[in-house]
Amino acid sequence: MRHIISILLENESGALSRVAGLFSARAYNIESLTVAPTEDASLSRMTLVTSGSDEVIEQITKQLNKLIDVVKVVDLSEAAHIERELMLIKVRAVGKDREEVKRMCDIFRGRILDVTDGTFTIEITGTGLKIDAFVEGLDKTLILETVRTGASGIGRGERILKI
Amino acid sequence: MSDKELNGAEIVIRCLQEEGVEVVFGYPGGSVLFIYDELFKQDKVKHVLVRHEQGAAHAADGYSRASNRIGVCLVTSGPGITNAVTGIATAYMDSIPMVILSGQVPTHYIGQDAFQECDAVGITRPCVKHNFLVRNVEDLATTFKKAFHIARTGRPGPVLIDIPKDVTTATCKFEYPAQVSMRSYSPVVRGHPGQIKKAVQLLTEAKRPVVYTGGGVILSDASAELLSLVKMLGFPCTNTLMGLGGFPGTDPQFLGMLGMHGTYQANMAMQNCDVLLAVGARFDDRVIGNPEHFGQVPRKIIHIDVDPSSIAKRVKVDVPIVGNVKDVLDDLLKTIRSGDAMPDPKALKEWWAQIDQWRARDCLAYNKAGNVIKPQWVIEKLYEVTGGDCFVTSDVGQHQMWAAQYFKFDKPRRWINSGGLGTMGFGLPSAMGVQFANPGQTVACVTGESSIQMCLQELSTCKQYRLPIKVINLNNRYMGMVRQWQQFFHGNRYSESYMDALPDFVKLAEGYGHRGIRIEKPEDVEPALREAFSRKDELVFMDFLTDQTENVFPMVPGGMGISEMILAEDL
Ligand SMILES: Cc1ncc(C[n+]2csc(CCOP(=O)(O)OP(=O)(O)O)c2C)c(N)n1
Repeated sequence: MRHIISILLENESGALSRVAGLFSARAYNIESLTVAPTEDASLSRMTLVTSGSDEVIEQITKQLNKLIDVVKVVDLSEAAHIERELMLIKVRAVGKDREEVKRMCDIFRGRILDVTDGTFTIEITGTGLKIDAFVEGLDKTLILETVRTGASGIGRGERILKI
Repeated sequence: MSDKELNGAEIVIRCLQEEGVEVVFGYPGGSVLFIYDELFKQDKVKHVLVRHEQGAAHAADGYSRASNRIGVCLVTSGPGITNAVTGIATAYMDSIPMVILSGQVPTHYIGQDAFQECDAVGITRPCVKHNFLVRNVEDLATTFKKAFHIARTGRPGPVLIDIPKDVTTATCKFEYPAQVSMRSYSPVVRGHPGQIKKAVQLLTEAKRPVVYTGGGVILSDASAELLSLVKMLGFPCTNTLMGLGGFPGTDPQFLGMLGMHGTYQANMAMQNCDVLLAVGARFDDRVIGNPEHFGQVPRKIIHIDVDPSSIAKRVKVDVPIVGNVKDVLDDLLKTIRSGDAMPDPKALKEWWAQIDQWRARDCLAYNKAGNVIKPQWVIEKLYEVTGGDCFVTSDVGQHQMWAAQYFKFDKPRRWINSGGLGTMGFGLPSAMGVQFANPGQTVACVTGESSIQMCLQELSTCKQYRLPIKVINLNNRYMGMVRQWQQFFHGNRYSESYMDALPDFVKLAEGYGHRGIRIEKPEDVEPALREAFSRKDELVFMDFLTDQTENVFPMVPGGMGISEMILAEDL
């Protein structure tokens, strides 16, 4: 099962490598990982997407909690949550493809950030699935470059991860 | 705080003094010269000069295991710290509290591939509880405070402090923090009361109970509580390799060690019990064998451990209790005492009758006939001659298992071995640490002719500091444990496990200024031991030429169930 794990950790050099090292050392998989400082600059917030059996996920959260730099760990996917990912995608856009790509972009509520004679650079936000669907919907030969942030997640309603 | 500024090196020494550190095991080099200079100027912290940094780490580790004081080692950057890594990983696997100080190239050289630069924090990350690179002299004191705190609390472990050379010369005011608080680190101490109640209920309703304890009992100094609990309940108790001495080895309720080379009765009881109380142990592969086979028998498991990640890692647990073993056992005792439920004596009697039948197999019996020294015999005699009043360190291999099986450890912190990592070379340097922690006490190092050669250079350290360690070399001219596996599982093809071109160990010991004895006949074993142990202030190296093809039994082959043992009588 896919799980989205949110981690608050000390914003210290090396903290990220402790988390990444844990995953490789214990052969857990990482689908994506995002990290940046929070409004409190001494803390970073990480969203980590992984998958595994319940036992594996239990071990992952326990092992993360054991890291000295980790302040809090929550498995967001245990309850209602919101998940967003951002993709920047550059596509070949000439002739009739310009209209077609523009239409797809509208359907997916993307934004065209940059335009040249031959290309569009588009921003798409949404769940990983939505982004996958957008990429699927495009003619593969048009795609020049994609870059995805990986998922960020937050709990719904009063569910708050803070110290 | 005085207004006087100290340099980083002085601060390092002051921090060690503040932590009550009496001994540091180390080896100098460029990046730590200022620290060595400050060591020279004071006499509160004694420095022990080893002959190889692996030895420094093992010695600090042995010191810690035998005393519950934090062992400290000091090494230089680059090869100094890489040499120490084996020792750090050894301590990590057995959860030994230790602080390692490593020198580093100056901060402005870091990342430049400077002479003797290595990413100490990166290289040790997977084998320390935590590590620090100190970039500012102002951070030194708090870092020390945190490092010692982290090393000793929760599930203990080694902590490394990497100190760039310029930090040792920079100055600032010094004040050692009285307290430390870390928002990201607050280990649980007390067990959950609801879980304790559940545990008591299971225990008092048990019909075929077993108490299985590991290194956690020793690390948290909980032997007294464990003994009270086991005595009060009348249950059988078994220890892991790391847990020996946690429960008295001579007690009639003791089943011996369990696991791959555990006793028949311990393994059978473990497999067939209906309620298992696991205390500070982690169900590892060398203990329960194949977890699926272990899971075939329904049983309720109560698991006490300070580390939540040790619980439900390899087996499903019914009543997990996270907390410091000593506190949790104490709460268990109080709860049982305050209630009136006790286990059914009739059921217990039947269970003991079953256990006695298993015991009657006498699984540690071995053939004493013949004119060649049996290694088991040497350990039995060692036990007799020392009256069991002895610290025993060991290396890794058959000799380690025989020491664990045939020496009866009645007290904790007396059996010192590398259980988790299985590090050959651990025995001699760890014995040095044990001796420093327990001056005037008897320390024996049980080793093999292959293992001893891995940190042999420390014989020189033993000479310098007059450490009267007794080395018991069970010399079978083989990497015995490797040979045993090759005999059983690789069609007797003894690939590279014969120890050729061995040194003359007697001359070797003499070369280092010690006494050496070679013992070749069974009848000479005891007199040699008596002679050696009577020499209270000399290191004696006893080279016992033992049976070359003796094997360790019982044995659970890798991947098999814990009750699927090969016994000596089967062959
Ligand atoms: C550093 C290291 N290298 C290799 C091994 C693998 N190993 C385990 S036991 C053993 C043989 C040990 O031989 P010896 O010290 O003579 O002891 P014996 O088994 O003969 O009693 C070896 C090579 C190890 N445990 N540690």
